[in-house]
Amino acid sequence: MQVTINGETQALDAPLNLQALLKKLGLDGRKVAIERNLEIVPHSVYKQTGLQDGDRIEIVHFIGGG
Amino acid sequence: MNLTPEQIQRYSRHLLLKQVGGQGQEKLLAGSVLVVGAGGLGAPLLLYLAAAGVGTLGVVDDDQVDLTNLQRQIIHKTGDVGRDKTQSAREALLALNPDVTVKTHTVRLNAKNAYELVSAYDLVADGSDSFETRALINDACFFARRPLVSAAVGQFDGQLSLFKAYDTDERGSRFPCYRCLYPQSPAPGTVPSCAEAGILGALSGVMGAWQALEVLKEILSIGTSLAGRLVLFDGLGAQTRNVKIQPDPDCALCGAHPTIKDLTLHHG
Repeated sequence: MQVTINGETQALDAPLNLQALLKKLGLDGRKVAIERNLEIVPHSVYKQTGLQDGDRIEIVHFIGGG
Repeated sequence: MNLTPEQIQRYSRHLLLKQVGGQGQEKLLAGSVLVVGAGGLGAPLLLYLAAAGVGTLGVVDDDQVDLTNLQRQIIHKTGDVGRDKTQSAREALLALNPDVTVKTHTVRLNAKNAYELVSAYDLVADGSDSFETRALINDACFFARRPLVSAAVGQFDGQLSLFKAYDTDERGSRFPCYRCLYPQSPAPGTVPSCAEAGILGALSGVMGAWQALEVLKEILSIGTSLAGRLVLFDGLGAQTRNVKIQPDPDCALCGAHPTIKDLTLHHG
């Protein structure tokens, strides 16, 4: 299956949920949100949310400046 | 309330808009907004709200004007360095538009004062500079049932949304809150602040002005609000993305089984 992560197409040979994706990317879940096909996915469902063929994923970084 | 001849002149470009008009202008003059932070976002935000004739503006900030602020915090002037930001902002706002009442709150928002402060205004705009304060404002607005227009900036990027999780859309679906997006604050020091990472001044101008636009739309009940949506602005790429935020069914504040029932977790 093919997914696009931050604009780059990647081939995945095994199923991957969003929690595993963060781990694979080496990202701290407290500092990012995951946008999947133009929707922010709630953190609490990362484990149950598997990547699907054709998914477009963007990592949204927390910013808090004012 | 009737507009005076001077007000008809001052707000004439609003009055020309059929979505605003005299009734809309009167709504703005009767409206009250609490702005948290008179910094990079608060500066343009407050100036545009005052110029628009929003009748009562509350300014919360416990900081003083520093020379390093002036590259972006255009409400403050060189001669204001060392003064309380609330006082400096108040002076600038009254000079721009004497129609506006400016209330200064020279305090840091905390678990003790947040609910009362937020409740005293129709709407809250967050331009603060810490995740802890952002979470506190979110919780206080949820309990006080006040719409929260929340903007954040960092380096060349901006984010903007409207949170009103106490409310539902026209189909009865719940709106998300800030915690549905960011359930946990990043550990202190792991996300650099503007002071640590830098910020291009004009970026905060874009986001602060955009935040003002969303505040005005909300007071006027016009257009499509950002409730349930997040704007992501990439200043370097000159690109904007608009994404949906789903309410988190397990949100600690607004989910089905909330664990946050008051502001006590913000003590200390």
